[in-house]
Amino acid sequence: MTTATAHHDDHGHHGPAKGIMRWVLTTNHKDIGTMYLWFAFTMLFIGGAMALIIRTELFQPGMQLIEPEFFNQMTTMHGLIMVFGAIMPAFVGLANWMVPLMVGAPDMALPRMNNWSFWILPFAFGMLLFTLFTEAGAPNFGWTFYAPLSTTYAPSSVTFFIFGVHMMGISSIMGAINIIATILNLRAPGMTLMKMPLFVWTWLITAYLLIAVMPVLAGVVTMMLMDIHFGTSFFDAAGGGDPVLFQHVFWFFGHPEVYIMILPAFGIVSQIIPTFARKPLFGYASMVYATSSIAFLSFIVWAHHMFTVGLPLQTELFFMYATMLIAIPTGVKVFNWVSTMFRGSMTFETPMLFALAFVVLFTIGGFSGLMLAIAPADFQYHDTYFVVAHFHYVLVPGALFGIIAGVYYWLPKWTGHYYDEKLGKFHFWMSFIGVNVTFFPMHFIGLAGMPRRIPDYALQFADFNAIASVGAFIFGFSQLIFLYLLIKTIRGGEKATDEVWEGAEGLEWTIPSPAPYHTFAEAPEVK
Amino acid sequence: MFSRTWQRLSSVVLSLVSAPAAMADWELNMPQGVTEVSQSIYDLHMLIFWICVWIGVVVFGVMFYSIFTHRKSKGAKASQFHESVGLELLWTAVPTAILIAMAVPATTTLVEMYDTTDTDIDIKITGHQWKWQYDYLGEDVGFFSNLTTSQDEIYDRTAKGENYLLEVDKHVVVPTGKKIRFLITSNDVIHAWWVPEIAVKKDAIPGYINESWVIVPEGQEGLYRGQCAELCGVDHGFMPIVLEAVTPAEYEVWLVDQRAAAEAEAAAALGDFSHEELMTKGAEVYARSCAACHGVEGAGMGNVFPALVGSPIATGDMAAHIDIVINGKSGTAMQAFAAQLSEVDLAAVITYERNAWGNDTGDTVTPKMIIDAKQ
Repeated sequence: MTTATAHHDDHGHHGPAKGIMRWVLTTNHKDIGTMYLWFAFTMLFIGGAMALIIRTELFQPGMQLIEPEFFNQMTTMHGLIMVFGAIMPAFVGLANWMVPLMVGAPDMALPRMNNWSFWILPFAFGMLLFTLFTEAGAPNFGWTFYAPLSTTYAPSSVTFFIFGVHMMGISSIMGAINIIATILNLRAPGMTLMKMPLFVWTWLITAYLLIAVMPVLAGVVTMMLMDIHFGTSFFDAAGGGDPVLFQHVFWFFGHPEVYIMILPAFGIVSQIIPTFARKPLFGYASMVYATSSIAFLSFIVWAHHMFTVGLPLQTELFFMYATMLIAIPTGVKVFNWVSTMFRGSMTFETPMLFALAFVVLFTIGGFSGLMLAIAPADFQYHDTYFVVAHFHYVLVPGALFGIIAGVYYWLPKWTGHYYDEKLGKFHFWMSFIGVNVTFFPMHFIGLAGMPRRIPDYALQFADFNAIASVGAFIFGFSQLIFLYLLIKTIRGGEKATDEVWEGAEGLEWTIPSPAPYHTFAEAPEVK
Repeated sequence: MFSRTWQRLSSVVLSLVSAPAAMADWELNMPQGVTEVSQSIYDLHMLIFWICVWIGVVVFGVMFYSIFTHRKSKGAKASQFHESVGLELLWTAVPTAILIAMAVPATTTLVEMYDTTDTDIDIKITGHQWKWQYDYLGEDVGFFSNLTTSQDEIYDRTAKGENYLLEVDKHVVVPTGKKIRFLITSNDVIHAWWVPEIAVKKDAIPGYINESWVIVPEGQEGLYRGQCAELCGVDHGFMPIVLEAVTPAEYEVWLVDQRAAAEAEAAAALGDFSHEELMTKGAEVYARSCAACHGVEGAGMGNVFPALVGSPIATGDMAAHIDIVINGKSGTAMQAFAAQLSEVDLAAVITYERNAWGNDTGDTVTPKMIIDAKQ
């Protein structure tokens, strides 16, 4: 230990400390980014295992593997872990690694807070996961935790869930503040806002969304806490409260939240497509404006999740029209990506494959989203597997493929090694097939009338459910290929050049591969 | 514990091999349904669907054209154009026009769906964990509707029937050709009453009364099945809806029959029942109303629902047992069954619980005791 400390003192500016304490005490954005990414990957496997339990039970009609009570715990925990534990921390990890490198900053603006915002997460999820082993069982009221099912009728573990959510919220808000402070204050001379890479732009907007809505989430769970333990009746009709109020507050958080999970992926794809098309991004400025419009609109569409709660006609119409408007800026983004490819000189390395799949499959999720926006039709779609298909299309081949594309894209910069391209492509095709076999049939069973969140179903839904379950196993096990590939790349492989990709542009490609522990000690000049 | 899980796993694997072909029913699309509203919704759904398909064909067409022709391996040289105000304006304006074209029929349909005036019949629908209650307002007819699919079918101990999980003991009966208003509320958590064929889905929320309506056209008499569509707890998947549309004449007869049956039931409660009669009836009532939580063999379920075998209530003070069944236990899933079950059913099921599965108390609870306890 003494030698390690001495070593640190001597060479503090050259490399990381040794041993476990490096990770506990680190304030280095690359270390913290790495920890976020591994944490998110772990959560992906835990949440994924839960999804496979769900799909196994739903493989055929009848209850075979688990009881309905445990089924509800699995759907709830799967949703919470994937949203708050996998997708969001993965994006924060990518931001930690890449935002300072892309804007030419030596580190994040608030490095100690950065350490803290990561280290809250393992405790938050530890607390959430341990409820599985308590007598009352884990939360069982769905990741949307509608009152009064989550208050008056909740298992006693709900209190741990509430504090878990509070901790995740604190972590997210601190992460967001850090990203905003870094982007606004630490950009290299010459890098004006409208010269920032799109990943930086989308993250800046995402960070504002986080700061705006995570306190709303904290508010709603606090109101639950008061109802459960301190005799208030925010959501209890018998005490003069209002169960629908819960949904308004929750979705005021919840809808911006879904954009929090997709905007950074837009940014990643907007970095990757120009690189592999060897052509500048089409419509940079319109991309920035479209992203901002989507973020603004996300605050005025929340009640489209509530079309069947009995809102007045005028309210339904307002939220229907506002929701349909989102299709316009989203369309602009897709058209811009396609125009970037048009008359480019494309190659199809793994990051590009995932980015292309993102464009196609996210757009399909966007189409079903537009269908869901049509309020009268939503009366048939609402709370069916059609909705499950929709949000999995935007979250798995959307957000998750965006993250995976980003990891493949920047991995050589992080590790100094190229990954195994054949294995990467194999991972891509298995994931692509798996994701579609899993989620495409869900459109059909939803339209045919299968409600979501049921542990057992009528016989006419049997065939497509069986197919979806097979797809889920293909997709789930394909991610083991990814794990193997990552370990293999970290351990060795072909040396990566500084530029890494032939068509890559941006400050992150001007530094050596692997990126040294400290970069941009002196700010680069951007022309 | 683990061996049980493995048993089930192996049964899953076995069924993988022998997947029942008889179930094949590759339903792909939303039902058109039988009402004008359901047809409008279906038309709207197909309109948007085809618009999306065509947008997809154009966008993905250009994309795949680029992927196949503008690739480096074919010697494509990248052009460096990167903006065009004209194009940007075009692909903002065209989608806007398409959206407006979609919004017009959507608005018309929604306005129609919200018109709950001038109704002929009002039916109040109350969601309970995990059954539906129907009250025909002004008709003095009301009842609970329970799932009839047996636990044996659910747990793969017997073959599943044709309407597995979509069958109930009492249908909600409506006449065709009449405008029926549903007044939808809940007794506990939020449920959602949904019958796809008539395109009615509305949340049942405690403290709220939501409205919806239907006219089943004449000539469309028949059974229409649906399910609860909002997660409402452990048996969310087990509270279906069966709507029976009949001719107005049949409907009037049905109303009279319902009232007569209610009177007969009240009269029966004053009669005498033997211990054996009560046990037989009690077993039926138990399977229908209690087994979902307390287990077929009274063993309860995990840490959530207490066992009845040897329980202090089922083997202890009879008055306390009657009380908890009639009035429920607040703050738990144990509901008040006073309104859900008849006096005879209550007496029978309590007698059954006190004597089944080795609880052998030898007690007999009579319907008269229930009537007394209710007062």
